[in-house]
Amino acid sequence: MSKRFKSILTPIIAVLLGIIVGTIIMLVSGYNPVAAFTALWNGAFGEVYYLGEVVRQFTPYILAGLAVAFAFRVGLFNIGVEGQFLVGWLAAVWVGVAFDLPRVIHLPLAILAAIVAGALWAFIPGLLKARFRVHEVIVTIMMNYVALHVSNYLIRNVITNHGDNSGPIHKSATLRSPWLESITDYSRLHWGILLAIISCFIMWFLLERTTRGFELRSVGFNQHAAQYAGMNVNKNIILSMVISGAFAGLAGAMEGLGTFEYAAVKGGFSGVGFDGIAVALLGGNTALGVFFSAILFGVLKVGALNMPLEAGVPNELVDIIIALIVFFVASSYFIRVFLDRISKKEVK
Amino acid sequence: MKKRKIGMALSLVLAAGTLLGACGKSDNTTKEPAKSGEKKTDFSVAMVTDVGGVDDKSFNQSAWEGLQKFGKDNGMTKGKGGYDYLQSKSDADYSTNLNTLARQNFDLVYGIGFLMQAAVEEIAKQQKDSKFAIIDAEVKQPNVASVLFKEQEAAFLAGVAAALQTKSNHIGFIGGMEIPVIERFESGFLAGVKAAKPEVKVDVQYSGAFDKAELGQNIASKMYSSGADVIFHAAGGTGNGLFKEATDRKAKDPSKEIWAIGVDRDQNDMGPDVVLTSALKRVDVAVQDLSKKAMDGKFPGGEVALYGLSEDGVGVAPINAKADKKADIEAAIKDWVEKIKSGAVKVPGTRDELKNFSAK
Repeated sequence: MSKRFKSILTPIIAVLLGIIVGTIIMLVSGYNPVAAFTALWNGAFGEVYYLGEVVRQFTPYILAGLAVAFAFRVGLFNIGVEGQFLVGWLAAVWVGVAFDLPRVIHLPLAILAAIVAGALWAFIPGLLKARFRVHEVIVTIMMNYVALHVSNYLIRNVITNHGDNSGPIHKSATLRSPWLESITDYSRLHWGILLAIISCFIMWFLLERTTRGFELRSVGFNQHAAQYAGMNVNKNIILSMVISGAFAGLAGAMEGLGTFEYAAVKGGFSGVGFDGIAVALLGGNTALGVFFSAILFGVLKVGALNMPLEAGVPNELVDIIIALIVFFVASSYFIRVFLDRISKKEVK
Repeated sequence: MKKRKIGMALSLVLAAGTLLGACGKSDNTTKEPAKSGEKKTDFSVAMVTDVGGVDDKSFNQSAWEGLQKFGKDNGMTKGKGGYDYLQSKSDADYSTNLNTLARQNFDLVYGIGFLMQAAVEEIAKQQKDSKFAIIDAEVKQPNVASVLFKEQEAAFLAGVAAALQTKSNHIGFIGGMEIPVIERFESGFLAGVKAAKPEVKVDVQYSGAFDKAELGQNIASKMYSSGADVIFHAAGGTGNGLFKEATDRKAKDPSKEIWAIGVDRDQNDMGPDVVLTSALKRVDVAVQDLSKKAMDGKFPGGEVALYGLSEDGVGVAPINAKADKKADIEAAIKDWVEKIKSGAVKVPGTRDELKNFSAK
């Protein structure tokens, strides 16, 4: 068994194990797993509307997953994707409501604002890490709260006059299109999916096909070796956080310009940034892997909404299954040992 | 050796599964299908909760209780073609859930809560043949009925009760998010306190969320420690932390005078020793009322239904029998209810109105 094949097989086995254990939990607690999974399937693929919603759901997941994965490849844990996502969301909507421009200028400008906002938000922990060796996990977690409350403050006091919703963005800044709505029966599907796919490609190209990418990966493998080889480690750390934040900010634009078309005061985190960590983990921190694991998460999340109605199964069960999948991916050491044993037997 | 380890891991997972399963079983009571009555109807109705969930002990739960009662009274069963609910786990789920229910051909779909305003408006425009209702917000569409409450009137009475009960002349108010609904609670409560006992100090704090009980407990703990002895919450699930804190403190020192005031439904079950009363917001009454109208073909689409004291849409729960000022409070509340109903007193619904409020 080649190493490559094994690294593909590990997450698949983790997903299967998660589903199997989820099935056992359902059986033990008296629910019908067949009905539950049928409902899950119907809720994700049963109608073209749900298909559109699945795509809508996994678009930000792809970008959030890329953000986590990119930083991880350079050896950094960007737990602050959620915060960068929130400032990106706010920046995009702000541009969306504040200006009235032709669409060819307005939409790119709003997207750019989100990217810049996310990148700036991630620049701070990157700088602190590079200059003062402050651990990025601590800083990014704290920056999440700062992002949440600052954006709430801005919505309440700057964008609106003590309102709690920015109001809808101008039509010239929206990612949605009547055509996409019409082919998916009024789902909230939007053009952001194209940007997400392009971003996957950019990440792959940047990391695997450029000198800069080689440097970034080197820093991830071994900082000291990279420094010894004459690379500027600090610069690469900052750069990786900025790019990671740019992906996260773009994910925010997906929600701000596509799904919601507004920004509202939030009581808590949206969870997209944290799901991005799981997506990146399951996808093995590669562009293609993130793409597929984001799809899986999107299917599970949207399909789960249908489970209580059609099968009487609480949708918390899907959270349990997702948690189990992440658990099995995280403990992929077991699976790898298991695969090693099998492949050894084959050799005999 | 390795094989044994894997076997061990698997059996551990199985054991965990069994345990988790057992946990899940305990609160199945609400999910049992209703006994079918004699009257059969093909009317069906469903609701979408906000992120608080259907068991938030407050707003969403009250709505679901109303829907269940309506369903049972009319011989409907839980599920498709009867009455049902869907829970939202994030803001993004509102649209999907509303759409799902409309697509399953429920005759009437409720969006529970202010947070769902934009989603209801959007879906109502798309699904013109479906009927929707929204609680706590106004959506101007011909197929949407909006339900608003005069929360300030209930909160006013709660404020009167709190002011008469407090010994330290220090009261707390815990709000959820700073939205107009909660502002009505706050203004009404402050007005009530002012009307009954102007010298009482009220500490107002917002938690910023409706689903964070630990945050509610935190705030309650600080308020009690700084001398407040009655705390009123209008914070949905966040408020559950208040009852936890009050019950804990009471258990530690039973002689201490500590009270909490519930919201939305009679929250006496959250702490029989500490819940003074609750500012009732009869979402259940409104839900039943509106469902009935829709079933009879009199759906008030495009209109706003306003539920206040006069409509029995708001009120206060019975005063806790352990409160020493019970008689005084009841007398005062009776007095104020009449004044409000007759229109002699207009309870302020915003902070601006509160500034100009004076109880005669």
